[in-house]
Amino acid sequence: MQIDVQTVGAAGRVRIAGEMTIYSASDLKPKLLGALADCRELEISAAEVTEMDTAGVQLLLLAKQEAARAGKTLRLAAPSPAVQDVLACYRLAADLDSPRTGRAEPASEPITTRPGA
Amino acid sequence: MDLDPAVQTFAAESRELLGNMEEALLRLEADSGEKDDINAVFRAAHTIKGSAGLFGFDGIVSFTHKVEHLLDRLRDGAMGLDADCVALLLACCDHIGALIEDAVSGRPLSAELAATWRVLHEKLEGYLGPSAKPQPQAGASEAAPLPAGQPQEPNSAAADWHISLRFGREVLRNGMDPLAFLRYLATVGDIVHLTTITDALPHAEEMDPEACYLGFEISLKSQADKAAIESVFEFVREDCAIRILPPRSKLSEYIALIEELPENTMRLGDILVKSGALTQAELDRSLRQQTAEAAQAPASVADGAPPRPLGEILVQEGRVAQSVVHAALDKQQQVREHKAQENRFIRVEADKLDQLINLVGELVIAGAGTHLLAQRAGLGDVLESASTLSRLLEEVRNNALGLRMVQIGATFQKFQRVVRDVSRDLGKDIELVITGGDTELDKSVVEQIGDPLMHLVRNAMDHGIEPHDVRLAAGKPARARLMLHAYHDSGSIVIEVSDDGGGLKRDKILKKARERGLVGEGQSLTDAEVHRLIFEPGFSTADQVSNLSGRGVGMDVVKRNIEALRGTVELTSRESVGTTVRIRLPLTLAIIDGFLVGVGPARYVIPLEMVLECVELSPAERQACMGEGYVNLRGQVLPYLRVRALFDLQGQAGSRESIVVVQYGGRKIGLVVDTLHGEFQTVIKPLGPLFRRLRGFSGFTILGTGEVALILDVPGLIQTVATKDAHGGSSAAHAVAASAGVGSDAA
Repeated sequence: MQIDVQTVGAAGRVRIAGEMTIYSASDLKPKLLGALADCRELEISAAEVTEMDTAGVQLLLLAKQEAARAGKTLRLAAPSPAVQDVLACYRLAADLDSPRTGRAEPASEPITTRPGA
Repeated sequence: MDLDPAVQTFAAESRELLGNMEEALLRLEADSGEKDDINAVFRAAHTIKGSAGLFGFDGIVSFTHKVEHLLDRLRDGAMGLDADCVALLLACCDHIGALIEDAVSGRPLSAELAATWRVLHEKLEGYLGPSAKPQPQAGASEAAPLPAGQPQEPNSAAADWHISLRFGREVLRNGMDPLAFLRYLATVGDIVHLTTITDALPHAEEMDPEACYLGFEISLKSQADKAAIESVFEFVREDCAIRILPPRSKLSEYIALIEELPENTMRLGDILVKSGALTQAELDRSLRQQTAEAAQAPASVADGAPPRPLGEILVQEGRVAQSVVHAALDKQQQVREHKAQENRFIRVEADKLDQLINLVGELVIAGAGTHLLAQRAGLGDVLESASTLSRLLEEVRNNALGLRMVQIGATFQKFQRVVRDVSRDLGKDIELVITGGDTELDKSVVEQIGDPLMHLVRNAMDHGIEPHDVRLAAGKPARARLMLHAYHDSGSIVIEVSDDGGGLKRDKILKKARERGLVGEGQSLTDAEVHRLIFEPGFSTADQVSNLSGRGVGMDVVKRNIEALRGTVELTSRESVGTTVRIRLPLTLAIIDGFLVGVGPARYVIPLEMVLECVELSPAERQACMGEGYVNLRGQVLPYLRVRALFDLQGQAGSRESIVVVQYGGRKIGLVVDTLHGEFQTVIKPLGPLFRRLRGFSGFTILGTGEVALILDVPGLIQTVATKDAHGGSSAAHAVAASAGVGSDAA
């Protein structure tokens, strides 16, 4: 697993290559969160991810959650077929702002309305 | 990254899993066809494979994978399970165990293991055939075609199966990936709708990247029955909360689902929608109504009265029955209560217990010191308080040691399998009888006793028990008995392995011993001495070397292992009646009740449980012999050792000397000392490597005064006397002559 972080002004770009699996998750987590902490807008380029498993997806979800908490923007760019495949299976493509997905699938139905306190 | 503790955990868990596997296989063999058992075996294999993969133990992974393959076919019913198959699986089970031990200790694969590997591999291949079906997870790729005839209707939740999954934290670490299960599920039916539940995902800093936090709510359109859908999740059944609702379930089933869903923060409405009890549209409408009512009654909100609860609105609207809402509300309550319940058992690292026992040991020493000081100062009240303290200390000590005590039953039970296998291999009908399984002993002892016991059990079956026809000819029942028996006896635990076989052939052993030059031609030996030859290194009387025993390694190793535990092993045998091997082990390795004696200025501790009595050495006997000798103890011959002479201590004994009569393993000797100081709680400290070769001491301890006292190795000393007797040492002969009127055959 390789990870490159570039920061241009407030916008950051993380390029992940290789596997995003449980084997690399412990390494990847601090790097990904570190990159997110350093910028206002982060793009994760996943074009070179060769393999992804649930641990990898969870990291993307975590990054997304942290970005939302901090009011930042996180975008997944150019997911590789391996990534698309996993996201399609979990129906998470929309949640992660992935531009394309591998196959048509019904969009998940997020609960948008919150009941009052 | 230091993986060592993790690897140890892996090894421990794998051992446990292999144990489960074995049990399940044995059950399968007894009454074949229990689907649960074959699944249990599969899960165990699968988990081992997964964890081994995590550590990069590729050998284990590839072998276990093959085994899994076979199990998978059995599970599918593609193959029947017969006795041979169970035997093969049991062998595989053992092999995996061996591979794990090797991998964990970092040894390269031994030639022996590699050979076993090839044999098993071939056998597995034989079962699987060339067209082995791939594993479900691997085979169920996304591209897998849907089963034929699946109607491809648009989303219509009411007619679908509803599956609710919450994966356990350890799933990923166990080598399983929810992804694989979802993909497999897609081969069973059409996943119409799937929501990934990420509520359990914690904040960044608390999130463990290797834990699984995901859950799924799935609508599945499938013609498969419930069992088929359940079987998809078979391997994670223990690691995942799985709830499956069939199409058009009753209201009560949705209620059950709501009650079980783990999301404690999840809103009531969410739960209802997700459980399929009502649609999103219905929920939205109800929510709008709730908000509207809140807006209409701002005053009541200001007064602190809550807005009408969502549940009430839903019920009023007639969308959900009151019972459903109650269930949902109850669930919210229960979530909180559930957390209060903790497990009754905790796993504690053995090291921590050792540390505790060490500390208690130090405390005991300090307590003894206080007691001594109080005694010297003659302070009555302090002495009283010190006494209370020592009583409490003793209880603490016993409790602390009790923490490490485990029953030997579990170790014995493992031999059911061994006996089954070996008796089958040998074509003998052998029954294992276990008694005294609830006898407790120190965990560290239990761990190390397994191997020696294994040797003994195998030996008994292979050499001890005669073949079927021989037994019948000898008028014995065809079914042989092998007995494992444990009991406590004067501070030690005794484990007996006995069989009703042919017993040791005295002539045969003697002949072998003569051939090997262990015994001279003209030498005559007692039965006990002949039996002891069995424990000589490389000694075997087996006519042929079997794969079980007979290679001449074993009995000497057994003896060494047991002696390393400060134990002894003895063998009694009667030809054509049977053989009993008796292992005697100390209950614990840490603290003992000692008896403090003095020789000149030196202090020695004798384990109290071995002390029988103390008698005065009469002046006449003192005159008779200085080094060692025999006394007449109420008509019995008692050999004794003079500690002063034994350890070559300077100085002269005082006006009186005492004999401490000690007993071990059925033998008695006397130890002659100057002074008796009484009972003393002794924390055993091992002697350093420098003193490893020192004979006569088993350790040392620190007295309350800070002085060091050596602990006498009574079994060792008794052995010394016994050996001298056997060789008819001149001093002993002289002593016998000196103590006239006493028979000399008792030794």
